[in-house]
Parts: sequence; C-alpha cells; structure tokens
Amino acid sequence: MAGHDRRRGGGCCPAMDLMRSEEMQLVQLIIPMESAHRTVSYLGDLGFLQFKDLNSDKSPFQRSFATQIKRCGEMARKLRFFREQMTKAGISPSAMPLPRTHVDFDDLEIKLGEIEAELVEVNTNNEKLQRTYNELLEYNLVLQKAGEFFYSAQSNATAQQREIEARQVGDGSLNSPLLIEQEMSTDPSKQVKLGFVSGLVQKEKSMAFERILFRATRGNVYLRQAEIDYPVTDPVSGEKVAKNVFVVFFSGEKAKMKILKICEAFGANRYPFTDDFGKQMQTIEEVAGRIKELKTTIDVGLLHRDNILKNISHQFELWNNLVRREKSIYHTLNMLSLDVTKKCLVAEGWSPVFATGQIQEALKRAATDSNSQVGSIFQVLHTREHPPTFFRTNKFTTAFQEIVDAYGVAKYQEANPGVYTIVTFPFLFAVMFGDWGHGLCLLAATLLLIIREKKLSSQKLGDIMEMTFGGRYVIMMMSVFSIYTGLIYNEFFSVPFELFGPSAYACRDTSCRDATIEGLVKIRRTYPFGVDPKWHGTRSELPFLNSLKMKMSILLGVAQMNLGIFLSYFNAKFFENNINIWYQFVPQLIFLNSLFGYLSLLIIVKWCTGSKADLYHVMIYMFLSPMDDLGENQLFPGQKTLQLVLLALALISVPWMLFPKPFLLKKQHQERHQGQAYAMLQSTDDDLLQAEQDHGSHEHEEFEFSEVFVHQLIHTIEFVLGAVSNTASYLRLWALSLAHSELSSVFYEKVLLLAWGFNNIAILIVGIIVFIFATVGVLLVMETLSAFLHALRLHWVEFQNKFYEGDGYKFSPFSFTMLSQEED
Amino acid sequence: MYGFEAMTFNIHGGYLEAIVRGHRSGLLTAADYNNLCQCETLDDIKMHLSATEYGPYLQNEPSPLHTTTIVEKCTQKLVDEYKHMLCQATEPLSTFLEYITYGHMIDNVVLIVTGTLHERDVQELLEKCHPLGMFDSIATLAVAQNMRELYRLVLVDTPLAPYFSECITSEDLDDINIEIMRNTLYKAYLEDFYKFCQKIGGATAEIMSDLLAFEADRRAVNITINSIGTELTRDDRRKLYSSFGLLYPYGHEELVVCEDIDQVRGVMEKYPPYQAIFAKISYGESQMLDKAFYEEEVKRLCLAFEQQFHYAVFFAYMRLREQEIRNLMWISECVAQNQKSRVHDSVVFIF
Repeated sequence: MAGHDRRRGGGCCPAMDLMRSEEMQLVQLIIPMESAHRTVSYLGDLGFLQFKDLNSDKSPFQRSFATQIKRCGEMARKLRFFREQMTKAGISPSAMPLPRTHVDFDDLEIKLGEIEAELVEVNTNNEKLQRTYNELLEYNLVLQKAGEFFYSAQSNATAQQREIEARQVGDGSLNSPLLIEQEMSTDPSKQVKLGFVSGLVQKEKSMAFERILFRATRGNVYLRQAEIDYPVTDPVSGEKVAKNVFVVFFSGEKAKMKILKICEAFGANRYPFTDDFGKQMQTIEEVAGRIKELKTTIDVGLLHRDNILKNISHQFELWNNLVRREKSIYHTLNMLSLDVTKKCLVAEGWSPVFATGQIQEALKRAATDSNSQVGSIFQVLHTREHPPTFFRTNKFTTAFQEIVDAYGVAKYQEANPGVYTIVTFPFLFAVMFGDWGHGLCLLAATLLLIIREKKLSSQKLGDIMEMTFGGRYVIMMMSVFSIYTGLIYNEFFSVPFELFGPSAYACRDTSCRDATIEGLVKIRRTYPFGVDPKWHGTRSELPFLNSLKMKMSILLGVAQMNLGIFLSYFNAKFFENNINIWYQFVPQLIFLNSLFGYLSLLIIVKWCTGSKADLYHVMIYMFLSPMDDLGENQLFPGQKTLQLVLLALALISVPWMLFPKPFLLKKQHQERHQGQAYAMLQSTDDDLLQAEQDHGSHEHEEFEFSEVFVHQLIHTIEFVLGAVSNTASYLRLWALSLAHSELSSVFYEKVLLLAWGFNNIAILIVGIIVFIFATVGVLLVMETLSAFLHALRLHWVEFQNKFYEGDGYKFSPFSFTMLSQEED
Repeated sequence: MYGFEAMTFNIHGGYLEAIVRGHRSGLLTAADYNNLCQCETLDDIKMHLSATEYGPYLQNEPSPLHTTTIVEKCTQKLVDEYKHMLCQATEPLSTFLEYITYGHMIDNVVLIVTGTLHERDVQELLEKCHPLGMFDSIATLAVAQNMRELYRLVLVDTPLAPYFSECITSEDLDDINIEIMRNTLYKAYLEDFYKFCQKIGGATAEIMSDLLAFEADRRAVNITINSIGTELTRDDRRKLYSSFGLLYPYGHEELVVCEDIDQVRGVMEKYPPYQAIFAKISYGESQMLDKAFYEEEVKRLCLAFEQQFHYAVFFAYMRLREQEIRNLMWISECVAQNQKSRVHDSVVFIF
C-alpha cells in the first residue's frame, strides 16, 4: 500500500486522477433489516457504490422485494395515467421547484389510489354526459337533414300534383283522371305500410352500407343520404369522424328486422323521426333545450376534472421522482442476499477507496435516523476479481475521456490515454484544419453553445445537436488550436496576412510580375512567425508547403508514437512487470528510433543547416546498400558509421522483442508452481486451505507455451510492420491539410474573386452566397468531420496500440442522479 | 429461378426479412417459460413479461389482471407487428402476408355465424374474433340465414369469395353445415395458398409446400377423427381433404374408410414423418394428438428460419407467435385457476 501511495504522486504534487483510474475496493456491507431501505437510499444519494447482484440465479419475482417493486410499478402506471390525462387536458406539470417535503411512500400510494379512483369516476361521468350530448347533437343533425328531405320531397310532390292537376284541367283527357283516381283510391287495407329508419352512418362505410342494404332487401329500399360538412363526434368512440345522415324507406316487418341488424352491424346510430312537421319542430326545440342543459353540466364536470389535474400537476414531478427512487431502491435491495437469520441483508459492491469515509458516514447516519440498535458493518474484502474502472471527470474532460472509452474502457489502473488526448487530439485535428478564419467561425459557434450551456443542458436536443453539445469543449479546443495552426500556415479563408510584420522578400526589380521565387530577394529578417505571406500564389508554393507539412507530420508522428511507447513503460513499471520493460519497451524504443527517430533527426538537421541532401535516398540506401558512400547526401560527419550502428540495433531488437519474453514467462510460471508444491507439503491445515484457494484461482490460467509464443510473434510482427505503416499513416496530417487549404483557395478564387471580377452587384451577391454556403457546408462541416475522424484514427490506432489494453469495464454506481438521466 | 433469389431478394424483401428475424429473436425462450411456469399470480406473469417485448403492451394495465387482458394485449402486439410488415411489403410479399390472415377470417366467419345461430350478442362475438381476420362488413354476417345469403350479402366482397364456390347451398345454416363449410373453405384456402406459393417459386415454394402439406395432413387427420361416428358419408369426407400433401391421394383413400382412431393410426404410421408423432401417444388416445402435432409444427416452423431469401419466415413467425400466445394463455389460465400441476400439459416450447 505504501508503494502505491508513493506512486500516486508521492505527496509533492496532486494525484494524477485522470492518469490512473481510481483505486477501488470490494466492500461488504451487513445491513440490519430495519435500516436497509434508508441505507440504500443514502448510498444512492452518495452515488459511490456499485452493487453486485448476489441473487442472479433468482428470477425477478422470486426475489425478496418483488411485491414492493410491483407496488412501485403500479404507482408508476397511475402516474402515467395522470400524465396522459394532463396532456389531454392541456395542463403541463409545473416545473416550479417545490420545497422538498418528505412524502411517505405508503401515504403516497393511498393518495394516488384515491386520486385515480376520483379521476376515473369523474371521467366516466363525463363520458356518459358527453355521450348523451353527442347523441343529442347527432339527433339534431338528423332532424335538420331529414327534415330537408321530407320538405323537398313534399314540395316536389306538390309540384307534381299541381302539374298533374293543371294538365288535368288543361287537357281534360279521359284516361289520366281515371288513373289518378285509381291510384288515390287504392284500398287502405292492401296498402303496404311504408316505414323508415333514420340515423347517421360513417361516411367511409356509407357505400358498403348502401350496397348491403340493397342486397339484403333485394333492392326494395329507398335510401337517401346527406353529407354533413364537418366531422361529428361519435358518441361511442368519442372520436371525430365524417358522417352521413341517412333515411331508409322500406316496406314490411322482415325488411325492417334486416335493416335494423345491418344498421347495428355498421355502427349506424338510429334516431326516431316523425314525418309530422309540427311534431318535428317540437322535438327540435326539445333537443336544443336539452343540449344547452347538458352543455352546462359537462362544463362544470370538466372544470372539476381540471381542478383535480391542476392539483396533481403541482406535485407530479415530486411524486414521479419519489416513485422512481423507490423503485430503484427496491431493485438494489433485491440484489442483496438475505442473511441466514433473516435479520440482516448482505451487500457486496465496488467503491472507490477515497469514498470509504463518506460511505461509512452515510451508513452511520442511516442507522441513527432509523433508530436501529445495531449499525451496519462495513468491511473490505480481498479479491482477485478485476475492479471496475472509474475516472473522476469534469465537464471539460468528460468528452475527451469518452473519445478514449469509445475505443475501449481502460483496464483497471492502466495509463489513461485520455490525459494526453486532451491536448494531442485537438492539436492533430488543427494540423489538418489549419485556417484561422475557419477556426474563428468554429470558435464562435462553440462559444455560443458554451455560453448557453446551462439552458441547453436542461432541455432535450436533437440527435446531432446533442452530440455537438456533448463535445462542445472538444470543439472549442479544436478551434483554438486551428486558429494557432492557421496563424502558422498564415491562412485566413486561404488568404495570407502580414500580421507579424512585413514579408522578408521583395522583388529584385519592379518587373517581376510573375512572382517566381527567383524573382524575389530576401531584404529583411525572416518573417517572425509562421509561413511568409509572400509564398502564397508563387509557383513554388506547393512544393515548399508540401515539404514542410510532410516533414512536420513525420516529426509529430514519431513524437506521438514515442509517447505511446513510453506510456507502455509507465504501465510496466506500475504493474511491476520487469519483463515488459526489458523485453518489450526497450527493444521497441530502439527499433522505432533507430529508423524513424533517425529520420526525424535528419529532418531537423536538414532544416537547421539548409542542406540539399535527399532524405528519401538516404533512408532507402541505408537498407539497400549500407556500405556505400553517401556522397553529396551526407549531412554531418560520421553519418555512415551512425547508420551502420542504427541498422545493427534495429536488426538486433527484432529477435530481442520476439524470443526472450515467452521463455521467461514459462520459467516464471514453473517457478511459481514449484513454490506452491513445496508450500503444500509443509503447511498446516489453515495454510493448506489458503493454498487451495490460491490454486483454485490459478487453475484457469493454465500456461500454454505455444499460445504465448504465437501471441508474442504476432505482437512483434505487428510492431515491426506497424512502425513503418504507422509512420506513413501520419502523412494523412499533410494530405488533409493540403486538401483543406486547396479547397478553401478554390472557393475563394473561383467563386468570390470571380464574382468580384464582374463588377455587378447581383452577381457579387450570388457569389457571396455561394461562397458562404460552400464554406459552411464543405469546409466547416464536412472538413471538420473528416479531420475529426482522421484525428480519431491516429489516436485509436497509431497512438493507443503502443500501450493501451482497454479491456476494463466501467464503474456504474447506484446513484439517483443517474436515474433522472436514464429516464429521458 | 431457384437458387438465384440471393441476387435480387434483398431489393424488396431484405428489409422485412431482417425485421421478421428481429421479431423472431424476441420470442420467449425456454428460460422465460421456466420462469413463467413458476409464477404464483397473474401479476407475477405481468412482471416477468414486462422484461420481454410484451412490456410496453402490458405496462399500463391496472393491477387485477385477467387472462383475457394478457392474451388480448399479446395479440395486439402481434397485430401491430403484422400491420407494420404489411405496410412495408411490396408485391408479391404483401399478397403472401394477406394469405396468412385468411385462416383467421374463415374462423371468424364461422364464429359469428355459429354465434348468431345460438342467438348470442353480435358485439360480444366481435370481441372474440381474432383481430387478424377482421374485415369491414363482418358484423353483417349476423343477417344471413343460409349459405347463399351469406355469400351474396357479405362474403362476396371479401377475399374468401372464391373459396365459397363449392359450398353454396340454400339449406338453412346449422352446426353441421357450418362445420362442413369451415372445412370446405379451409380446403379451398389451403389449396389456393399452395398454388400461390408454387407460383412464387424458389425457396419459398419449397419450404411453404412442406409447411402447408403438413397443415393439410393435420387437417385431414382431424377431420377424420372428428367425423367418426357422425352421419358424414365417406364421399363427403373425401371432399373435405385438401388435394395435396403427403397423404394425397393414397392416404386419403385409406383415411376415408377409417372407423376408429386406431385405424387412423394404422394409416398414419405408414408415413415416416408422422410415425414419430404417433409413437409418442398411446393407443386409443386422441387428447394428446393435438399437442404432438403442435410440437411437430413448431419444429418445422423453426427450421424455416434456417434458410434465407424466402417468404416462409413470415408465415413461420406468425405461426410461432400465435403458438406463443396460446402458451401464455394456457399458463395464465393455469396460474389463475391454481392448476399449476397442469401447466406443462399443453405448453409447446418453441426453442
């Protein structure tokens, strides 16, 4: 333990929280039954304990607190019912912070039950009234429309009658009056009684309705329909539907039965109707009166319901939270195992070491608050299980840590690349995105997010927006760095500025219009910061920038890979694994640096001396013909000897990486087993037990030499080949940076300057709009994404494969704050 | 074109096949059934189901539950899934999916007609109908007095119309008539479905013809057993057998003359695939036959998922889900009536 403390910062500087995950311990709590609920609740407030499920073999309803969970589920259902009712009534739960009054769980259950019963009753009453009301409304419609039928039919009939009479008078024909007479005077006993049924049917069903009626009665019906212009509320379902008023005329009892059945089958509501005009008027009045009456009753009922709902809405959030908390508490309690005496619950779980005091304090508080005679027992268990990984992050570091976690959660206490990612990630991004104009735009956008942080974090955002918001600090860092690299590249929307003084170069004479580098002479001191603005637009701009960026990419890459290898050293040191230091870290370091470290050295020497040596040639012939003379490519004396030494070192380090480690591991394993065998011979019973336990945990890690050797072989090949391919992979920094600057200069020259050249306001405006959209869409959004992805890859693959295992699992404590996030 | 589905199947069917396979992985597993069988109350069942795909459908049900509610909600889930798939489907898959529901349609028609015959309330009958077999004018069935009217009034508008050609009589409806009508309709339906699958061709035809043949054979056996001791003549009986399947035509000839269940058994044991089914049950017993057939069917349906690029997975999934709902109904019923010892009698494990 003392060794641990020394390693964790040694007291001189603050412990590097983010470098190594928090030290964890497996703790056992023995909680008396009576204070269990309160204890778990306090621990949930604290949020530093990850409970282990000790009942994983039991199904959910066999666990001890299944009934309570069922009760919680029932209450949650009631609350959902309230919420549904509230949204129907257009009342939103008030967000005003209420005093945190303590509400008892049982009381709440009773209260919720009462309110639900009341609401249901009010609703059923209202529904009944509403139904009658809607029926009356429909009746009213039928009366109106059917009245119109009869009225128009009557007027038609009278018109016909009159016509006939007129003809009769005018014609004086012999036949016609006789016929009419005959018709009029048919025997009343023989006359078939025409009956009719009136009502409403759904518009979309009306066709089928008509068809079936026709078929069922063999066409012996007369159906009149009239559309209602606005949707009517159906009394049964309470939904608004388009309906038709119909009147069916039929003859005979049998037909009536059929029609009634069909009406029923089609859900057509029938209403009585008289053909007597006076009675019609009377019923219309009656119905109107009743509608008015009902309306007031319904309004009163609704008001009553709204009052209930408003009362609920004040406390809804409080109740909802309480129920959710209770449910999670019982879920946690279900994970604890019951003591044999049934008086205590035994909990096991992981907690960070630093939280020990807080947990013990919470346990004590819970014991006193619930007047328990015995307090809870807190003890640390020793285990060989892998503890969970827990980093204490803040809102700034979280996003960076998430970038690392997306690849894999760190093994318990291994070096966390997240620390370096905070700086290297935005920096590598910026190398690809170097333009301080674009950087400023990005900064402005992300600052907007950061300023409105409080407001935005409380509300729900869209998918993409949520992601952007979550990474706001990453984007801020990225934009700050890209402003920095943009200043180095001297590009502002691809336009160079003389920010740090005048350019060092000028024309030799006034005639050098074509601006080649030969036409310029250096007249002042070197441009103090970044690329000289004069380079822009010259014929040799690209060769110059390419050479610069390519070499810079190699330097950055070799530096980052070396950092990765050094982290593997820190890991080996931390886990006291000397084999890894001597047979992995050292040869790896030598191999990488003897090849690409040397290349970096050459680059720096070339920059400093201004030599014209061809570095490709040097590197390639270092392998192909190491004994040849370097000739004009020599950068410094003794280079050839150095190259021979480095080549030899690189060649030696490959078998060094490959062979010793598996053999040493085998030896170590054998020694350990021998020791165990001896111990067992001498030991007492107690020791024997211990040894057996040890053995038990060792048993599954049976040593398979061939497997270990193949693994090491793969590892070595991967590293050796990776050294080349990873270094080449860093050239993407140059490639993307080139693409970015070329794209932005294309947009600037071919859109903005072209439009400017026309000297026409309209074209200029169009040009500016196109430029803005291209800049935002292509450069700010797409290029950001692509540079982000490439930076991500460089971190995940090229950097982290040097040391990062990432096979841990995350610490997920039982906490109420997580609860509210989960729900949304 | 057998063997070339892989090239073009995914253009139209790929999405839905993925969906249906996803649904299939949501079926309850043996572990789920084990847990369900240990439940003490219906609330326990609800609690267990809330952790499965049925969760959202049951969570808003107030606590004193009934078996009918559970079954209704589970069926609701199946119907929702079916409707979703039907919406997304293109020809010929959409027709295929519609074919799956015709069986329910026939059952519903029979249910309503029998119900009206015994003067039940139409609304009550409608609630008992399977939601997959509903059609617009189903309630009007109550009006019809005889087969001809039934056809002319209502069924002419439904997809079942062509199946009716064989059973239009002017006789008044009675129980026997209706049962014959059901079987005639079913026969016509199965033959039509079989033909349709053959038209689609490829793996669909291959697998579906196997599944439908099994269905046809099972019906033939059931018809035979049910008609023993009734006045149904041999010719009538023969008319009800579908004209395909493993038993067609020689097995049918033998089934027609069967007079008791052991004779049926003798006929069936000549067919190797059915030997195993009858080997499980003792002589003279017909109670367990249903279960044995169901078990065999589930096995065959599960096998349909072993091949890709065909439509039989949709049929298989719908059938499996229906079996699962039947299982749930049985378990809930046993739990509700405290008959837990009988839980295993009728549950057919799907996996």
